[in-house]
Amino acid sequence: MDWFYIQGILMLAGINLIAVLGLSLLTGFTGLFSFGHAGFMAIGAYIGALMTVSPTTTPAGLGLPFFVGVIAGGLGAGIVSYFIGRITLNLKGDYFCIATLGFGEAIRLILNNVQIFGGSRGWPGVPYKSTLPAIILVDVVAVLFLANLVRSRHGRNMVAVREEELAAQITGINVFKYKMIALVISAVYAGVAGVFFAHYMTFLQPKMFSLTKSTELTIIVIFGGLGSISGSVLGALILTALPEVLRAFEIWRLVFYGAAVILIMISRPKGLMGGMELSPGGIRKARAERKARLEAQREMKQAQEGEIRNA
Amino acid sequence: MPEILRISRLTKRFGGLAAVNDVSFSVPEGAIVGLIGPNGAGKTTIFNLVTGVYSLTDGQVEFGGLNIAGLPAYKIADLGITRTFQNIRLFKNLTVFENVLTACHRSASYSILESILRLPRFRQEEKNITRKAEELLSIMGLSDRRDLVANNLPYGMQRRLEIVRALALDPKLLLLDEPAAGMNPDETEQLMRMISKIRDDFKLSILVIEHHMDLIMGVCERIVVLNFGVKLAEGNPEQISNDPKVIEAYLGVAEGEANA
Repeated sequence: MDWFYIQGILMLAGINLIAVLGLSLLTGFTGLFSFGHAGFMAIGAYIGALMTVSPTTTPAGLGLPFFVGVIAGGLGAGIVSYFIGRITLNLKGDYFCIATLGFGEAIRLILNNVQIFGGSRGWPGVPYKSTLPAIILVDVVAVLFLANLVRSRHGRNMVAVREEELAAQITGINVFKYKMIALVISAVYAGVAGVFFAHYMTFLQPKMFSLTKSTELTIIVIFGGLGSISGSVLGALILTALPEVLRAFEIWRLVFYGAAVILIMISRPKGLMGGMELSPGGIRKARAERKARLEAQREMKQAQEGEIRNA
Repeated sequence: MPEILRISRLTKRFGGLAAVNDVSFSVPEGAIVGLIGPNGAGKTTIFNLVTGVYSLTDGQVEFGGLNIAGLPAYKIADLGITRTFQNIRLFKNLTVFENVLTACHRSASYSILESILRLPRFRQEEKNITRKAEELLSIMGLSDRRDLVANNLPYGMQRRLEIVRALALDPKLLLLDEPAAGMNPDETEQLMRMISKIRDDFKLSILVIEHHMDLIMGVCERIVVLNFGVKLAEGNPEQISNDPKVIEAYLGVAEGEANA
């Protein structure tokens, strides 16, 4: 295996990670399942590419620097998500999930028919701009932002929405607002991921952003553990690399991929990290919780024994 | 005494059924008022109407002189009404401390940007609400369970934690929905003392739904009785316990008396 190949896998994992981190906020922390995040990635990818493609290859291209594309792609996805959220966030649980599924497919079908972007034939000529250092930098910033957000009152409010919506409301939390914030931030992340994806592939085609892609992102979040940023990071790295590691199985590759995911989910039903964080604070917290649980169990046992003696 | 909550001609219909029909009563400031009645009398529906969980069909709810009917639940909570639930609704997978800390969010005002960039205001306010949450836990005797996940708490403590979480909002009016449900006589007695103490220490008014008559008679200064969605009686505990209509609603009428 040469470095070029490994670098490619790392870049794909890093790009996936950006989208997964956003989805982690929405699904893992706020409790909303989405099967349409490939749609936000597509919006980011196409807007980003529109900014950077040179006018000589595509007449609509603006030929701007890459970072403009990144910003525009993220913003574009965020703005679209705001309007989608206005319509769909009042839907409860499963219905919201179905609505996002419809959105993702709608975006793909629309792009299939927009001829200036090549329609379903695809859009070649996107400049190769995604570099591994740039992706790692964005990943680090994305993790830091997210970690700081979830460990603040805003993040706690989102978790409250996930845990018990009614109780969140009567605790003075504007449930709709916090769902919206989570959705928009997750869409911005997905959009940025889309821009990097476009400038890594150098070719865009609507079918890259199908339901399969959305499902892949959601699987990674659940696999890593809902409500855990470190879980999302591990999940993105492992599940992006796994199909490559399994290349030895040739056509049976995806069967083994599925089997591996099922096996891990059976042995760790709460995902790899199960809501815990691999950070000094996270480990301290997990220890304190464990200690408190054991203490409570011991006390309960003592109380029961006392009752038996008294009886 | 000025009134903190005034409910007038409150009506809620679910289809053709009037769950609450033309009910009026008020809660004086600093009072503990009991709301009693047989199952299905509309007590919890009134809580849901006051806290904005349901939208009302007709009538008015005034809180501190302000009409709050039709406001969304989170705004009503902001104004100073909060509640507990008959079937406990804690943030189950969070620790005791996190449950209370989450509810302290109104005591901080830093923005999302300030939290992402960890600016000074974030640090300062986070420190303040952490202290506040810890104080509340120690006042209410839950400090030694600080790091226990709420779901693993014994039942009685879960009810207590729900009250602590409500207190973290600095409410002016606290609605307790069957706080003694599932408690043994010992725990019920403790709860009674706690309700009076909360009222005095936190300077708030309390409206409580309960089926334990000892508790209601022991702590409430006024009692409102509901039956089939209408108000049956209102008065102090002595008046209520001697009211023939109330006795009839709870116990039914003896056959001989009914014929007479």
